[in-house]
Amino acid sequence: MAIELKMPALSPTMEEGTLAKWLVKEGDTVKSGDILAEIETDKATMEFEAVDEGTIAKIAVAEGTDNVKVGTVIALLAEEGEDAGSVEAPAAAAKDDTPAPEASADAKKDDKVEDSAHPSQEKVDTGTRQLFEAASNEGDAAPEVPEGTEMVKQTVREALRDAMAEEMRSDDRVFVMGEEVAEYQGAYKVTQGLLDEFGSKRVIDTPITEYGFAGIGTGAAMGGLRPIVEFMTFNFAMQAIDHIINSAAKTNYMSGGQMRCPIVFRGPNGAASRVGAQHSQNYGPWYASVPGLIVIAPYDAADAKGLLKAAIRSEDPVVFLENELMYGRSFDVPKLDDFVLPIGKARVMRPGKDVTIVSYSIGVGVSLEAAEKLAGEGIDAEVIDLRTLRPLDTATVLKSLKKTNRMVVVEEGWPTCSIASEIVAVAMEQGFDDLDAPVLRVTNEDVPLPYAANLEKLALVDAAKVIEAVKKVTYKG
Amino acid sequence: MAKSPARAAQSDPQIPNRERPAEPQRYEASKEELLDFYKQMLLIRRFEEKAGQLYGLGLIGGFCHLYIGQEAVAVGLQSALEVGKDSVITGYRDHGHMLAYGIDPKVIMAELTGRAAGISKGKGGSMHMFSTEHKFYGGHGIVGAQVSLGAGLAFKHKYADDGGVCMAYFGDGAANQGQVYEAFNMAELWKLPIIFVIENNQYAMGTSVNRASSEDQLYKRGESFRIPGIQVDGMDVLACRGAAEEALAWVRGGKGPIILEMKTYRYRGHSMSDPAKYRSRDEVQAVRDKSDPIEAVKRELEALGVTEAELKPLEQEIRKVVGEAADFAENAPEPETGELYTEVLVETY
Repeated sequence: MAIELKMPALSPTMEEGTLAKWLVKEGDTVKSGDILAEIETDKATMEFEAVDEGTIAKIAVAEGTDNVKVGTVIALLAEEGEDAGSVEAPAAAAKDDTPAPEASADAKKDDKVEDSAHPSQEKVDTGTRQLFEAASNEGDAAPEVPEGTEMVKQTVREALRDAMAEEMRSDDRVFVMGEEVAEYQGAYKVTQGLLDEFGSKRVIDTPITEYGFAGIGTGAAMGGLRPIVEFMTFNFAMQAIDHIINSAAKTNYMSGGQMRCPIVFRGPNGAASRVGAQHSQNYGPWYASVPGLIVIAPYDAADAKGLLKAAIRSEDPVVFLENELMYGRSFDVPKLDDFVLPIGKARVMRPGKDVTIVSYSIGVGVSLEAAEKLAGEGIDAEVIDLRTLRPLDTATVLKSLKKTNRMVVVEEGWPTCSIASEIVAVAMEQGFDDLDAPVLRVTNEDVPLPYAANLEKLALVDAAKVIEAVKKVTYKG
Repeated sequence: MAKSPARAAQSDPQIPNRERPAEPQRYEASKEELLDFYKQMLLIRRFEEKAGQLYGLGLIGGFCHLYIGQEAVAVGLQSALEVGKDSVITGYRDHGHMLAYGIDPKVIMAELTGRAAGISKGKGGSMHMFSTEHKFYGGHGIVGAQVSLGAGLAFKHKYADDGGVCMAYFGDGAANQGQVYEAFNMAELWKLPIIFVIENNQYAMGTSVNRASSEDQLYKRGESFRIPGIQVDGMDVLACRGAAEEALAWVRGGKGPIILEMKTYRYRGHSMSDPAKYRSRDEVQAVRDKSDPIEAVKRELEALGVTEAELKPLEQEIRKVVGEAADFAENAPEPETGELYTEVLVETY
């Protein structure tokens, strides 16, 4: 029986890719470890290796083919003793079963993050997959651009890259530093192409030394530059949090306004897929509790671009929290020479009259999904994306509460001392008379994020939990 | 646990065969320069004595770390720098470095008393003072933070190609912080123009150097990063200035960072609340008697023919300056209550 070689996934969120090149042809004998093909996505290129020995009996997908679905049979391998010529061509469509983990990520660069994405989990039903699916939801917020502005589809990753590139073009003081930002083109490819355009003076690879380079970036900002410090993930910024808080956030105040620190600390934040507790945490509430910081957590690509540009231009230190699961998601981005959004302004992603759902970052996707389903049940939910966590746009939240009189806060993060808790407090203190029901929080479970797929799913927020909470506050449960 | 015996000389790591800075020469100061050093050091001494006094009277609160005994370091090193071009950054024992960079004693003292006229408008206090005009970047309260921040300032000098050098001071205590070595690594990797100055005053709060440091010869701490180090008599202002000349030649020559370990001594406690049980009164007295940096300059001046009578008016002038600073600091009003909410952020959102 011939072995089916299937299109591998480079990450848990990859759905399709390009079969860039075959390095073998039909009739070639291969052994375990031979490189068979190169697979590409917008994020990475990977070599596809043989696991079994045998003869390439059939190449089913030609090189150069785009949009090859993960799990599609791309070749057949005849095992020893089997007649390669008699092997039947595979069925064209991808099968639903889990692809065998045939591919191993490019071993020469043992990336601590990307390696966490094991291809075999592609079709596993996980909590992060649900989040990822929800993150495709687009709101119908009125775009904050002139009427008739052309929109282009862009991934969040590209939008972030463009924001940095545009600001670097217009201001020589802006530079990017961090682990793998330059030659590797970014651990998550967010800085792709920046080294080529701006050179090693302004796109700087650092050693793995978060505390040190966060301090160097902060010092450079105090000296008058405008650094963008990338953390491979915000989990690693725990090593550097002293400089973010004690050095960057407090110095302007402590110096009576003399010492400014215009710096952006950015990188992915929140739960990633199946990477366990140490690589899956939402630091939004941590940073949002610190006076002296600006904290931004965008949802879609347009916000990622417009808010990152604003962050880079700000005279204040900014913590810019991205989300790994969102990087590959595409959204409309206005095609403008200089698209900058205001910091500290929430937006109504979906107008509604029965209940207000407040969220930010990937939680917005979950909220929109829930709102869509609720609409089918006759509940008209308004969804608010906070966008900036500090300063918090309480006016937009309270205005919506005045209209709907009911509120649920959705947060991909822990419940205790959360942004959700803060919104509840704001509703109590400033919107009490508008409340017809207690405000409820829908958050991750109050546990470190587990690895096992079923437990991970239980731990994370999802639309069903949001729907349940909305029904409670609207007394329709 | 007893400290392990000193290793035999031959087991010391071999010094790699690479370029090293020359042994610094003691600076040959003119009479005018020496008088200026004397004046600056005496200003720091009298200022700090006055600060100690005001602390005792309850006019200064919180932590207050005095620089008495270490005056030769800041004065000797910073006399070689160019104010406004070269940047200086230090930890919380910062009054001396500010005075040595020409910052007005009045606004420093008024900061210590928490007044609106203080250099940080009374919002920083003793440990958090800055003057961007002088390129004095603080005044940092977290032990060792100024080392990474200083490397960032040096990064700016190099990025902007402004010809400046950063002088980053830290103590023997901070020399054991992890981030110091992260900064060393990147500073050498990127050849940043920075002089790392370890002010080894022998005690990190109450812990002596050899109770806390497996390698107590701190000038060697850069070896594994290829950063050369020089040990300097920090009680001799001319040795300090000579070391600064050598270090600046190295750093301005594009050869990357350098470490200066300044062997010095603080006469007062770590901060004002130090019970001083970790060293004897005799030990402190012996240093005062034999190695006082100001007395040493006085002897140099005498050798140049400057008489006690000539120094008198100068000393009186300094007492007057310090007295005025103290009066100013005592009488200046406290910040307006509205200042509580200003300068948290620069912009309005």
